[in-house]
Amino acid sequence: MARRSITALGAPLLAWTLLVALPAGTRAQEAGQAAHAEQPFDYWSMVFVFLLATFIGIGVVRRVSRLLHTPLMSITNAISAIAVVGSIIVTGSDYPPTIRFMGAIALFASMTNIVSGFLITDRMLKMFKTKREGEQQ
Amino acid sequence: MGSLVQLTYLVAAALFVFALHWMNDPKTARRGVYSGVAAMLLAVVATWVQPVVVHHGWIILAIIAGFIVGIPLSLVPLTAVPQRTALSHAFGGLAAGLVGTAKYYLWYGEGPENLTAFRMTAIIAEIILGYLTFTGSLMAAGKLQEVKWIPQRPVTYRGQNVMNIGLLVVAAVIGVWLIINPTDVLAPKMFPAVIGLALLFGVLLVIPIGGADMPTVISILNSYAGLSAVAMGFVLDNKLLITAGALDGSSGLILSIIMCRAMNRSFVNVLFGAFGQVQTAKQLEPGKVYKPETIEGAAQVLEQANLVVIIPGYGMAVAQAQHKVRELYDQLKKRGITVKFAIHPVAGRMPGHMNVLLAEADIPYTDLVEMGDVNPDMPQCDVALVVGANDVVNPVARYDKTSPIYGMPIVDADKAKTVYAIKRSTRPGFAGIDNELYFQDRTWMLFGDAKKVIGDLVKQLSDTGGIH
Repeated sequence: MARRSITALGAPLLAWTLLVALPAGTRAQEAGQAAHAEQPFDYWSMVFVFLLATFIGIGVVRRVSRLLHTPLMSITNAISAIAVVGSIIVTGSDYPPTIRFMGAIALFASMTNIVSGFLITDRMLKMFKTKREGEQQ
Repeated sequence: MGSLVQLTYLVAAALFVFALHWMNDPKTARRGVYSGVAAMLLAVVATWVQPVVVHHGWIILAIIAGFIVGIPLSLVPLTAVPQRTALSHAFGGLAAGLVGTAKYYLWYGEGPENLTAFRMTAIIAEIILGYLTFTGSLMAAGKLQEVKWIPQRPVTYRGQNVMNIGLLVVAAVIGVWLIINPTDVLAPKMFPAVIGLALLFGVLLVIPIGGADMPTVISILNSYAGLSAVAMGFVLDNKLLITAGALDGSSGLILSIIMCRAMNRSFVNVLFGAFGQVQTAKQLEPGKVYKPETIEGAAQVLEQANLVVIIPGYGMAVAQAQHKVRELYDQLKKRGITVKFAIHPVAGRMPGHMNVLLAEADIPYTDLVEMGDVNPDMPQCDVALVVGANDVVNPVARYDKTSPIYGMPIVDADKAKTVYAIKRSTRPGFAGIDNELYFQDRTWMLFGDAKKVIGDLVKQLSDTGGIH
């Protein structure tokens, strides 16, 4: 059972990794030459980070109490609104206004997710109690 | 400066992992929220103070707007949480899609040497995943909110799957062309075509999906939203984005797998199977009649019970009956009766939906029991009370190979000594099939709105209470 689920989880992951990494690898040389003007762009380390973070995610999330699957979804949603980081750079850099405007919309969308995601998660978690107040009489 | 920013990102990444780790127990779960908020604050500040950020007006404006919309969205009633979740997946997808689009046009205009094959692959993945999550989640939110112009029932037509897959293939082909020729004169005109196809694909993907499959679909969209954030991390060379996105993506993946297992169906079957379409509902076979029971009768049997198992379903959420269920729980507890709630993983419209509703009604979570843990106790159960659940208690899933729900694990309500099922009408359930449970010898029906029926039961019990 455990083995099957590892394959089920691992296979799409591997496919995704290959999908992103392979086309990159084929043109790695020329890309490296073209981009040496700015800082080196280490895509392999990013693919490693992705792979390892996914395994950590799977390990941690599998242990999450089934009671809390709804709050889990709202907190991971708020966490993935870390896209806010990219949006801030795009909105705040010295780019053409249309580009920055797209960034601002993205920033608004991410910020909404952060605010509502964390607040509603906390609101739901507050409701999970073992005993009711005033029950011990 | 650069190292300090990276160090802050590193701390934030660790805090995000801890946030999820603390969710493994309701006792520590709130700590997870604080940890997540701290990580997010660190990440935002570390990004904002970077020297490349020179304009601040729009950032402040967008953040304020985010608070203005986000706070009311966090105060929705808990029955509306599935819609809110779908809506936030849509926002996540939109943010990823927009940043990808902005980055592509930026680099096309000033710095085409940045459009390496790796970055282009990531950008294409980001916009396809982002935009399809955007429209797909909007459609899901619309269906859950029961917006009038979005059909609730699955919409299917001939060649639907061929058309959907065809669309995705066309988008992928254009995408590959863009990866090979990112700086072609035609490229900026082909880019919107990929966006358009992804937007359309998102709509078409969710149109054929019915309400009972929503828990799975929301989980899959959750996973896509996470993966689009990962792709954004690849585009921006940001490892914190990759880490946080991967955490979200893997969480969505695990929830999808749990949901699929709980329905004994595969991903492919959920996405392309158009469940709930099975409208060839068999007519009630002759000889099968519902046996109605009165409130008084049911209350008497409940009073005599030692173990009562309540099985809630989406109908409880629709009728907003969770608070009345709590009153019933109190009445029974007062008489020393053991009361448990049997929670099927796909009861409701998103993972964990029933737990949150019952916790809101102030029922201790120690009495919310998973299907697998409660089933061994069902033969000792004196009364199984089915509140707005249907397919998840249908014994047909165990033996009828022709049934669309065959093989789905169910709560063994039929093994209880007495079964009371609250049902609004005599119509079949979501899957359009009769529920065998309702016709077995030990089952009696309580017809009516769940909230009213349970309210009447509570009234009956409190009137007779204290006599013995």
